[in-house]
Amino acid sequence: MSWRIRWVAKPVVFFACLVPALRLAAGAFGVAGVSLGADPVKLILHTTGTWVLRFLAATLLMTPLRDLTGSLTWLRFRRMLGLYVFFYAVLHFSTYVFLDQDGKLLAIGKDIAKHPYVLIGFLGFLMLISLAVTSTAKAQRRLGRRWTRLHQLIYIVAGLGVWHYWWLVKKDIRPPLAYAAVFAVLIGYRWGHRRLRLNRTNRGSAPNGLQQPVELAQQRLGVVPANARVGDRYTELERG
Amino acid sequence: MTPSDITPEDRFISRRAMLAGALGFAAVESLGSFAGEALGQTPANPAALTFKQNAAFSVKDPPNSYQDISTYNNYYEFGTDKSDPSEKAQHLRTHPWTVTVGGEAEVTGAFDLDDILRQNPLEERIYRLRCVEAWSMVVPWVGFPLANLLQRFKPTSKAKYVEFKTLYDPKQMPGERTGVLEWPYVEGLRIDEAMHPLTLMVVGLYGKVLPNQNGAPLRLVVPWKYGFKGIKAIVGIKFVERVPRTTWAGSNPSEYGFFANVNPAVDHPRWSQASERRIGSGSIFASRIPTLPFNGYGDQVASLYSGLDLRRNF
Repeated sequence: MSWRIRWVAKPVVFFACLVPALRLAAGAFGVAGVSLGADPVKLILHTTGTWVLRFLAATLLMTPLRDLTGSLTWLRFRRMLGLYVFFYAVLHFSTYVFLDQDGKLLAIGKDIAKHPYVLIGFLGFLMLISLAVTSTAKAQRRLGRRWTRLHQLIYIVAGLGVWHYWWLVKKDIRPPLAYAAVFAVLIGYRWGHRRLRLNRTNRGSAPNGLQQPVELAQQRLGVVPANARVGDRYTELERG
Repeated sequence: MTPSDITPEDRFISRRAMLAGALGFAAVESLGSFAGEALGQTPANPAALTFKQNAAFSVKDPPNSYQDISTYNNYYEFGTDKSDPSEKAQHLRTHPWTVTVGGEAEVTGAFDLDDILRQNPLEERIYRLRCVEAWSMVVPWVGFPLANLLQRFKPTSKAKYVEFKTLYDPKQMPGERTGVLEWPYVEGLRIDEAMHPLTLMVVGLYGKVLPNQNGAPLRLVVPWKYGFKGIKAIVGIKFVERVPRTTWAGSNPSEYGFFANVNPAVDHPRWSQASERRIGSGSIFASRIPTLPFNGYGDQVASLYSGLDLRRNF
């Protein structure tokens, strides 16, 4: 089972996630008759930005899917999806810096200082950098519980991403509103789930039966440091 | 490349297309377009117009391609994506078309567009177009000066402003079924702006009848103002004494002003207006170009605003 995930499912997902970027690259260099329309830079900006939000939603979806299906397999895709959030954010940011603003640092500085939506996006990007550089198993081990706290930044990134989008649309706020709704559901789910579990524990029911196997499995998967004890507060991590 | 390379003058003169015919009836091509219209489609090959070129009112910049101009449009009556108008405006019936004129003028009433066109010889002018979203194009419009039209209605001394209205027909204009903007779209000009020789009523593009997505059959073009002043599919013209409540300025007065003159020194609150991206410059590595005061038409129009604080009256 495991080798199929590692050698079949993961590579398939990996290349599927690259398709939007490859399409843009083909259009940018006029390969295979792909066109980016009248305003290619704006299209690249908009497309990469949209994929940041989509991959963010996909990343946040893995935990609810695990709960709903009872399968831990979903969590094995989470880091890759999270790194794709970062990948598209890098493309988005560099398109803005190099193609839209022509790399003129002064103009960019002015733009960031004067126009709040650029600043909001930039803040989100800085947070994503911190998450990407600590995404390795080694960083996870080294940071221990602080890793969990740090990676909760992803919720803030989601909020900033929607805010950034919301502020830049001229009038039609329906698309950013749709992303806001999706994130609200995904984050709201975690909040509700946590309350439910806390209630159970408070009522003095048996130690959370669901939690322990999950943590054990996470250790086997390397999602949780191997030296973590069962019952350590890694619930944040699994919900992350 | 000039527009005349695309539609050589001898070709469209030989067609002897009458103006009315050129707008979808009677003339040579309109057999095809009429059949198309009966099926609710815009002719794939719009009829050629008869006009003179007005070089004195044309910029030297190379015009954007017909493809770019007719597929990259802001026309929220058909949706908020740039591609929506070219995909969804095909069913708009633009003939017959009536323009209702009212307000502070001696001559008012409903006028058939064919009659208006018979009285106003067409000319081609290549204008810069600067969108408030910081992109720009160069467009070979065909039309006639708005002043020629307005003078016929003999506006009275109370006519300080002119208000324009777009067709309100949610059946034909799907965007009007949404609450994205207040419908119908309203725009306006001060009377001296409306009478300025640069202000153009447009019925054509690249020597042919204007595509629906660009505002057919009749739209306004004011080249020194942001593009949203260029109201499309005009059905109403009203002479008024007070500043009209225009759609964008009314819906978000902190971001969009009544004047909306192109001004690199006054940023939109959320983005810079200091420079612009020229559409269709071919490469994704093309640089931004600096935005000019009054979109480069300062010599002709700056005097209209002497004594006015353009930072406050943006």
